[in-house]
Amino acid sequence: MAIAARGPSTADVVRQHLQGRRIDYKGALFQAAILVALLLSLVILFVLISQVVRGGIEVFQERGFDFLRGRLTVVSASIAGVGQGIAGSLLLMAFVVLAAFPAGIGAAVYLQEYAPDTKLNRFVNVNIRNLAGVPSIVYGILGLVIFVQVLGPLTGGKTVMAGGLTLAVLVLPIVILTTMEALRAVPGSIREAGFGVGATRWEVIRSHVLPAAAPGILTGTVLSISRAIGETAPLLLVGATTGLLATGGSGFFESLRGGYTALPVIVYRWTSLPNEDFRALTSAAIIVLLLLTLSTNAIAIILRNRYERKW
Amino acid sequence: MAAIGAPTGAMDLRGDARRRRKETRIRRVFQGAAVFSVIVSVLIVASLLGRALFFLSKVDLSALWIPSRGWYPRRGVFDIPTIVMGTLVVSGIGMLVAAPLGLGAAIYLSEYAKPRVRRILKPILEILAGVPSVVLGFFAITWIIPNVVQTIWPEAGFFNMMGAGIAVGILITPLVASVAEDSLRSVPGALREASYGMGARKRTTTMKIVVPAAVSGIMASLILGLSRAIGETMIVAIAAGASGGSAFKINPLEPGQTMTAAMTALAIGSDQVRGQEGTFESLFFVGLVLFFITLVLNIVSERFVRRVRKKY
Repeated sequence: MAIAARGPSTADVVRQHLQGRRIDYKGALFQAAILVALLLSLVILFVLISQVVRGGIEVFQERGFDFLRGRLTVVSASIAGVGQGIAGSLLLMAFVVLAAFPAGIGAAVYLQEYAPDTKLNRFVNVNIRNLAGVPSIVYGILGLVIFVQVLGPLTGGKTVMAGGLTLAVLVLPIVILTTMEALRAVPGSIREAGFGVGATRWEVIRSHVLPAAAPGILTGTVLSISRAIGETAPLLLVGATTGLLATGGSGFFESLRGGYTALPVIVYRWTSLPNEDFRALTSAAIIVLLLLTLSTNAIAIILRNRYERKW
Repeated sequence: MAAIGAPTGAMDLRGDARRRRKETRIRRVFQGAAVFSVIVSVLIVASLLGRALFFLSKVDLSALWIPSRGWYPRRGVFDIPTIVMGTLVVSGIGMLVAAPLGLGAAIYLSEYAKPRVRRILKPILEILAGVPSVVLGFFAITWIIPNVVQTIWPEAGFFNMMGAGIAVGILITPLVASVAEDSLRSVPGALREASYGMGARKRTTTMKIVVPAAVSGIMASLILGLSRAIGETMIVAIAAGASGGSAFKINPLEPGQTMTAAMTALAIGSDQVRGQEGTFESLFFVGLVLFFITLVLNIVSERFVRRVRKKY
């Protein structure tokens, strides 16, 4: 034992011979470089948020929740607020939830559970993938032609309804794709067990496949809401620039056919103003917008991480 | 051994007629929803095509391709290379930012990060994906251009394509990272172990074994990012600086006009100004060009992704 006490231990000798004598400088450098790439992205996020909060927090300190109710104006910064924008964005979300979710989940159920593997169905699949990659401003053109002009008598032109339907069509492919992925993750044995005891396809889907896929579907839908809240470009084409939401006087359904604005559109309009007073207001509006989109995004990620199930 | 009855056949297992009718009805409803998605794409092409053709019939076709004349729709000058070049400059800068950041982050998360670190860092990166583009546009003019672009190039103006391009790069970094990470993680562990067994180091294994094995997915992530960068609208509309029209520009430190920014300018101005005939319709033509460019890129990236899926 005296030998071992004097020299390095056997394990050390073996490790040294396996690794070689040189320290892996290049390897360490490479690891540092890619770590920097990752951290840089995170630092940018941090800078962005701190920048916006620093610029906008004073508006909340001075005016408190009055800013959330304030009017939509580009004339006077002291009375301007995002009340109209929040109301408009919530109404738009209602359209997305009511129109895009049933259609999207239904389409996904058909494509994943019913559709035979034919050329046509494969084409539909590819088609939906491509729809998800179409730039959002092109959906704005679709909304302008279809919902504003062709369906004008129904929607009343550049109205909340036209904007909401445009956003619904925009997120539809995202809802379909995420729902299909969630359905695909449900193992076939569960379906076969259902068929084995005599259930029809719909019964299997309703009481086994959909409940098992629900967390995944929920994640996809929440993510698509977050996307829709922050979407600006298509709304510029379908009228969110001009209007004020009609409040009071007319009924709820009439107001759906009135002008509107949305939170990200307000941010865009205030950003383009040369007036310095509006800098702080823009930051404050962005704080509200980020709270909405990032919290919905975070909810979706948490949902997925918590309920993600490996079968 | 007299027969008790007819042998049980498939017909007996089909259930009663009412139940079958209900099944068919439900199936039809779902099918209708799927058909609706196809209708949407037909409507996109139709709504673009009609007015785009009208535009082409109204303008002199030779006016669409005279380099260095610029893009001034209100004056009837529709030089397509001007806005295509603007788009290329901005999305090229975006890719120069997003490719190293996104791929670096993907390799670190997939190969180097300990599970606990990954569980914390990846959601944060995914949150970055949720930042609306209009916010990044604001960030571009209030922080990126004054603090980054003008520090490195003092001659740069308040609006420029460089700032817009960097912001676009930040926007698409999470997308590139997440698609690339998926494909890196789908490389089987056995390949890594074989490489370590041969005595290779971590970096050698990563760069010579894992990355080449996932190269299709990495290509797909870059093409998808490029397609997103080309279609990005709000950042360039805010930060690239050309509101109505622009001359032909290549220097990224100058303001320039991209296809998407040109469309926004037309969309916003359309209510107030009626320029000469075809001005507003040029919006549809540019939209159609944009649609086909991104369509081709998406199809190509889809091909690459499918190659990865087939292999493993």
